[in-house]
Amino acid sequence: MSSAAREDGLAKYEPVIGLEVHCQLLTKTKLFCGCLNRFGDAPNSNVCPVCLGLPGALPVLNRHAVTLALRAALATQCAVQPRSIFARKNYFYPDLPKGYQISQYERPLATDGFVEILVGGEARHVGIHRIHMEEDAGKLLHEGFAWSGEKSGVDLNRAGVPLIEIVTHPTLRSPEEAHAYLDALRSILLHAEVSDVNMEEGSLRCDANVSVRLRGATLLGTRTEIKNLNSFRNVERAIHHEIARQIATLEAGGRIVQETLLWNAERGETVSMRSKEDAQDYRYFPEPDLPPLVVDDAWIASVRATLPEFAAAKRRRFVAEYGLPDYDAGVLTESREVADYFEAAAKGSGNPKAASNWIMTELLRALKDDARPLSEAPVRAEGLAAMIRLIDAGTISGKIAKDVFEEMWTSGEAAEAIVKRKGWTQVSDEAAIAAAVAAVIAASPEQVATWRSGKTSTMGWFVGQVMKRMGGKANPKVVNALLQKALEA
Amino acid sequence: MAKVSVETVDHLARLARLSLTAEERGLFARQIEEILGYAESIQALDTDAVEPMSHARTVASLREDTPVAGLERQAALADAPDPADGLFRVPRVIGG
Ligand SMILES: [Zn+2]
Repeated sequence: MSSAAREDGLAKYEPVIGLEVHCQLLTKTKLFCGCLNRFGDAPNSNVCPVCLGLPGALPVLNRHAVTLALRAALATQCAVQPRSIFARKNYFYPDLPKGYQISQYERPLATDGFVEILVGGEARHVGIHRIHMEEDAGKLLHEGFAWSGEKSGVDLNRAGVPLIEIVTHPTLRSPEEAHAYLDALRSILLHAEVSDVNMEEGSLRCDANVSVRLRGATLLGTRTEIKNLNSFRNVERAIHHEIARQIATLEAGGRIVQETLLWNAERGETVSMRSKEDAQDYRYFPEPDLPPLVVDDAWIASVRATLPEFAAAKRRRFVAEYGLPDYDAGVLTESREVADYFEAAAKGSGNPKAASNWIMTELLRALKDDARPLSEAPVRAEGLAAMIRLIDAGTISGKIAKDVFEEMWTSGEAAEAIVKRKGWTQVSDEAAIAAAVAAVIAASPEQVATWRSGKTSTMGWFVGQVMKRMGGKANPKVVNALLQKALEA
Repeated sequence: MAKVSVETVDHLARLARLSLTAEERGLFARQIEEILGYAESIQALDTDAVEPMSHARTVASLREDTPVAGLERQAALADAPDPADGLFRVPRVIGG
């Protein structure tokens, strides 16, 4: 579809997107048994009667898994339900040894939260419908063995690994918003230490529900569900593709069939997985082997007390506490490391705006040029703060400071030592500067005449001349003041 | 009393991956009807003020997140009909 056709389509139709994210919890053991929850071990080496679904085995809930699920719930501003109930979701598939998955259905752990995202610089809340706990299924291996043509292998190490499913309301309006939400959610889950959010290893997985409706319509259109989205980029691509497909179908007089689609990343298209006749009927019922999960206020309070500050809250605090513009606060809180660095430099220098400027321009550029992580930056926050203090004290000019920063970056020396060694101390001595000013004025009668005729915009040229004579070390404020006086004389 | 059709029995059989004879379909339709009839007689009671109880125990006892040795792989696979290369093997399945 051409981009013009796409824009016509979007002028007429509004996309409605909801995301379901499955996230593995960072526990040592599985959700209902003491087997290791560990990726990459030899197949079927972390299994026991419970996760193999052997007759008579009984599940016992992992307290830490609940605590991690609560961390995710509180970090996304959800209301924790005091009583939640596990249910059996019945279906047959070879990766599901019991013939049912233990999940939560009618009574999930948490409901009605939100994640704050930035869209075009504006903060927006993406509503979370619910978060529930469930167990993961095993893994099927279709390739890599002599017998792979006729058979599939089953590895049950993953069976019973604790998951939370985080379901949004259908409130996302574009693939880009979906991507921004996933970035924000990943950052929250990572910093709350709920999950290692590694998409390659499958600890974070995403399904997307997509529909379109005529702009202004209140009813939702028929939706399709896209699975097999193995990267945030593919989530965005697949949603783009599906929106275009649905609009083209409707425009051609067709109708959308409610179905599950698989995303094929190589071909860049969705493939129908199962049709409506096969629509799943899971026959949920309460899991008789697990009593209701009761979470009391003390448990919630103890979890809340150990949550870190998240990017959105930090962004607001940086604006309020340090007086930073929204833009600066947004850039500095994109990663916790940068935010911590900024706070140290702001406090060390007593000049938050200068610290923000130096970090956003020089520091982040230098890191990018060297392809280094911040943890390996040769200029630490304390070193940057000391340099900013030299500028604010008038010891060096802002211009010289750029050279000082470069030197700090390459040599690892402190700013003060560099300034001393190079003789870069700024000259504020009025007599020395006045002499240079007098010399420049004496040597440039034409320019002085031009200036005096009213073309005061040539001031910069005079400053440059004085700076040149003083090796760039003159205090620009003093230079300006003395020049002004001399020219007006 | 609830009427259970043969089609409903077929649907349930498909969900449970069971293949039934014509005789069994009729038999199970009658039996399921009886079970639902019994449930209906219980549903006649007024339970509006009663919290649903699906478990004899009311509060879950929880487990600490401490690893416990499970089964050796050989033991885990011992009763499997068709193991190979440390895996359970099943007829080839493709898709999700
Ligand atoms: Zn186990």
